[in-house]
Amino acid sequence: MQVLYGRHHVRVFRFGLRLVRDEQVAEDLISEVFLDVWRQAGKFEGRSAVSTWLLAITRFKALSALRRRKDVELDDEAANAIEDTSDDPEVTAQKKDTGVALRKCLTALSQDHREIVDLVYYHEKSVEEVAEIVGIPENTVKTRLFYARKKLAELLKAAGVERGWP
Amino acid sequence: MMATSKKILEQEPSEIEMLLPWHAAGTLNTRDARRVEEALARDPELAKQYAVIREEYAETIDLNESLGAPSARAMQKLFAAIDGEPARKPSASFNISAGISGFFARLSPRTLAWSASLGALALLLQAGVIGAVLMKNQNAAFQTASLSTNEPLTRDLSVGAPPPRALVRFAPDARIADITALLDTYQASIIDGAKGGMFRLQFNNRALSKDEFAGLLRKLQGEKIVSLAVAAQ
Repeated sequence: MQVLYGRHHVRVFRFGLRLVRDEQVAEDLISEVFLDVWRQAGKFEGRSAVSTWLLAITRFKALSALRRRKDVELDDEAANAIEDTSDDPEVTAQKKDTGVALRKCLTALSQDHREIVDLVYYHEKSVEEVAEIVGIPENTVKTRLFYARKKLAELLKAAGVERGWP
Repeated sequence: MMATSKKILEQEPSEIEMLLPWHAAGTLNTRDARRVEEALARDPELAKQYAVIREEYAETIDLNESLGAPSARAMQKLFAAIDGEPARKPSASFNISAGISGFFARLSPRTLAWSASLGALALLLQAGVIGAVLMKNQNAAFQTASLSTNEPLTRDLSVGAPPPRALVRFAPDARIADITALLDTYQASIIDGAKGGMFRLQFNNRALSKDEFAGLLRKLQGEKIVSLAVAAQ
């Protein structure tokens, strides 16, 4: 278990933190996820990668935590924050840095969009693996990421960053 | 010929267009990767979109890496909870180790591709070594499998416990020369692999205590070319 924890806890933490946006809650999630693994390892059938299994458990627990907190409106607040800060000189200077703006807009995506972007780009999950983790058909995985990217482009545009797509 | 990318986003995105993020992350299978490469080569608009995707890919990684790591509190809480769990039956323990071994035996497509080629090479090397040893030890005289009257009717008790073994996954960029050097350093040999990218190593001529073996595994895990090392049967 120590080896398993050592190898995966950081990514599990980061995936959970991106979903729940609270470090304390994300840390609690890790304990819950690995305790579940400890209890259910015998049920793991090896059809998927261990990281895929862990991320699926993390997602389930993160969504349960979010439901408990009734904190879903955070998504809208974060999205609004992108547009509301346009007159801030500091933010105006940051706009020149596409990277900073991109990271800010990635944070402002909805939970559905954040998780799919992270799973594909950061956790390097295939279409099939994302479908397994999120529990949606493979075609939906592809279209959801496409529209997540489109939303990201809209947020960037609202923040004054044009990238030539779409 | 109609461009692969859709300039007007009111239209549904094309299949290739939707695969671009996975191409950037390197997680497409060979066939799809080839299709995307061909489309990128003939469609400048698609190539432009791909450049944007690569930027998103890099920034997503940066963003996630900037999130840091959890405190030791999380680990303490986990292991305290595990300590508080009811004792497991032997069969349950077996299932856990089998389960964990099972899911370690899964890899990303890139690592799998690398492991497959390395595994084939390792098996060839093993076959060569085994063949050489057999040739060297072969006795010219004819022998049967029946009892030899020249040998005592006792077993060699000095043999003791079987030599320690570990399941090891090498880093994707590890070179054959590095692996060979590592095997020499640890007096280890590959006795099975590469099932799911994991190689079964045996540490030859070494009788190790539990603590010594745990230390050896930690040392092995710390090697630059080793991404995972766990005890094996």
